[in-house]
Amino acid sequence: MAEALRRPAISLKARVALAMAAVLVAGGIVVLAAALGYGRQAAREIYDRLLLGAAQSIAESISVRDGTLVVDMPVTAFELLAFAPDDRIRYRVTGPDGQTVTGSAAAPLPREAGETVFYDGAFGAEAARYVALTRRFAERSFSGPVTVVVGQTLLARRALARDIAGNAVAVLGAAGALIALLAWLALRSALLPLPRIGAALRGRDPTDLTPLDLSVPREVAEMLSPLNDFMARLDRQLVSNRSLIGDAAHQLRTPVAAIRAQAQLAAGEADPETRARIVARIHERTLSLSRLLDQMLSQALIAHRSDTEPRALVDLRDIALDVLEDAEAAGGVVELDLPDDPVMVRADAVALAEAGKNLLHNALRHGRGPVRLGVRGPVLYVRDNGAGPGEAVLARVGERFVGSAGGSGLGLSIAAAVAEGHGGRLRLERRAGGFEAALCLEGAA
Amino acid sequence: MRWLALWLCLVQGAFAQERVMAFGPEAAAERLVVRSTTDLEAMGPVIAAFLETRPTVGLDYEQWGSNDLYRLARTECADGAAGADLVLSSAVHQMVDLVNEGCAQPWRSALTAALPGALRWRDELWGVTQEPAVMVYNRDLVPEGEVPRSRFDLLDLLRPAESRFRGRIATYDIEESGLGYLLAFADSLEATTFGGLMESFGGAGAVATCCSAEIIDAVIAGRFLVAYNVLGSYALARAAEDARLGVVAPGDYTLVLSRAAMIPAGARSSGLAGAFVDFLLSPPGREALERALLIVPLDGADGTLLDMPGSAASIRRPIALGPALLLALDAQKRALFRARWRDSFPLR
Repeated sequence: MAEALRRPAISLKARVALAMAAVLVAGGIVVLAAALGYGRQAAREIYDRLLLGAAQSIAESISVRDGTLVVDMPVTAFELLAFAPDDRIRYRVTGPDGQTVTGSAAAPLPREAGETVFYDGAFGAEAARYVALTRRFAERSFSGPVTVVVGQTLLARRALARDIAGNAVAVLGAAGALIALLAWLALRSALLPLPRIGAALRGRDPTDLTPLDLSVPREVAEMLSPLNDFMARLDRQLVSNRSLIGDAAHQLRTPVAAIRAQAQLAAGEADPETRARIVARIHERTLSLSRLLDQMLSQALIAHRSDTEPRALVDLRDIALDVLEDAEAAGGVVELDLPDDPVMVRADAVALAEAGKNLLHNALRHGRGPVRLGVRGPVLYVRDNGAGPGEAVLARVGERFVGSAGGSGLGLSIAAAVAEGHGGRLRLERRAGGFEAALCLEGAA
Repeated sequence: MRWLALWLCLVQGAFAQERVMAFGPEAAAERLVVRSTTDLEAMGPVIAAFLETRPTVGLDYEQWGSNDLYRLARTECADGAAGADLVLSSAVHQMVDLVNEGCAQPWRSALTAALPGALRWRDELWGVTQEPAVMVYNRDLVPEGEVPRSRFDLLDLLRPAESRFRGRIATYDIEESGLGYLLAFADSLEATTFGGLMESFGGAGAVATCCSAEIIDAVIAGRFLVAYNVLGSYALARAAEDARLGVVAPGDYTLVLSRAAMIPAGARSSGLAGAFVDFLLSPPGREALERALLIVPLDGADGTLLDMPGSAASIRRPIALGPALLLALDAQKRALFRARWRDSFPLR
């Protein structure tokens, strides 16, 4: 049914897999760039050293004979450069006057000065790396700096950089795959409690609304405990509905039987006067029965509302006025005692008014005037000068349907249920020369 | 166009090719221009074998001196001009320099990839022949027991003060022969004995002279008894005609020269040139080269005139195509090498 109502969202596994893939791809790109950079750097350092080695070996082969430079080009220089077997090479030896002594005059000279300078330069159409090394001569017949330039194209450097980067990427790729696999396994084991809860629910008796007692991880418990709360609420409603029906049947049996007996009596009564009296009594009884029904419905409503209605900020004085209006419409005489400032409470206004009406009704009906309705802090109270209900009634407040038909007990029960539903309580007190019933609520912030 | 034609005339005038021959149909759809230092007589049959597989192709063969060919190729490279489609030279150091200067274009095939590292550089230079540098001697004048089978034998022959070999041993004059310079230079890189050999040559009044043909003729004629570092291809060709000529591959080590081929960057028919390279490396091409004695089998095959004292694997020293050969072109190195050489072979 749920599937019919709503398409299933992307599975958790798919979400995690997508997130994981995104992380791995992004990480992979970063790693690739880093590996390429590292590979290039490493290859550059290695081959720069070879270049320098070749330049040094050439520099050492330079000597001065009869006042002129002689370069006995060493084969070792070429053997060093041959570590990059497919790269083209250029070398150049220049004297103090900038004249090329030997080598290729096409080899570029460094732009900056220094004993040893590495620099990038062109080699025909290709890019190349050069090193320039300066050796200073100070002999009688010859003095001044002699510069050795050695350069090489970049094939071997690039190949090595690619190799290094490739290896790094292979290793990190394997690590990434391993991480993905472990993440997948961890995810699978983390999600295992969900099917377990599903199975536990499916395997239950339909009337079993007791909490699921499963040991689950904290994150899943965040879902399980509202589920248990929900079932508990459902259970309360079911129980209250069931007892409402039972109690109603029980409560209604006596007055209905009495009315039936009276009606039978009326049917057999010949004397019109006596019959009229019996009919009046029947009328009175049905009125009382109808009020009982009202109260029962009211209690059912309140019980329902207390579980479902959201609370709002209301002024308790408004509730009191509401209650007063209802009582005065029924012809009651009530004194009102309200503070000047608003008394804000978080409450279900309808339920609260219903509770107040019940208390006021009790006072008007069973107590002695003057009856006073007032607000004192987060307390809505009704006071009269009567003695209040009997001990038996007071003791049973809170149970359902206390008292005989038309008695004050049911009203008190409703009031008590509403007070508790709001996190407060119903306070019943005998005071000097009177009785006070008060709905004590938690003060609103 | 006219000035270009004029310029071409000048260039052609400046570097004259020795011989020219056109192969294949005159009105060929494609023409391949090959410039080579190899004798037309040797290459002719190889070219014919190639053209048999490609009847629509014409091939213009130009035979050049190695220095002229090198200068021409460099000039064309620097100007970006189109010249030859394939250059084939025994002066492999010059070829390495051309490739190093970016004057070649790459060609890759299964056949070039199968070449050993020493015979391939950058996929732009390939060693297509196999020619050992040998010693030749006169069979009539040098008895079997005295035949030098290594450089050490040669040194021993020269050592006695009244040796009859004194003054009758010849080798290339490196100032006149580019090939002689290359072989002598490769020798100097190969072994420390070379210094001693040169000294010994000098002390024994060895003669440095020009050109394979002249040296071999002189050995046959008996003016020289032994000639050192003669290219095997020429020697074996003559030995086949004249029984008086003996040919020995030195048993300490034998330099093996592979003529190098490259496709110039400006080649018009580079694809066809690549196909020609592939042909030279293919079994039919190698067979043709072998018949032309441009490939001398060194794996002990019978029926050859080459006397080989050692096993081929241990004595062969291919002259590797690679940047180390640039050393041979270095102006100062060359001057120093020549000066040392001249000490041993003073001008007469």
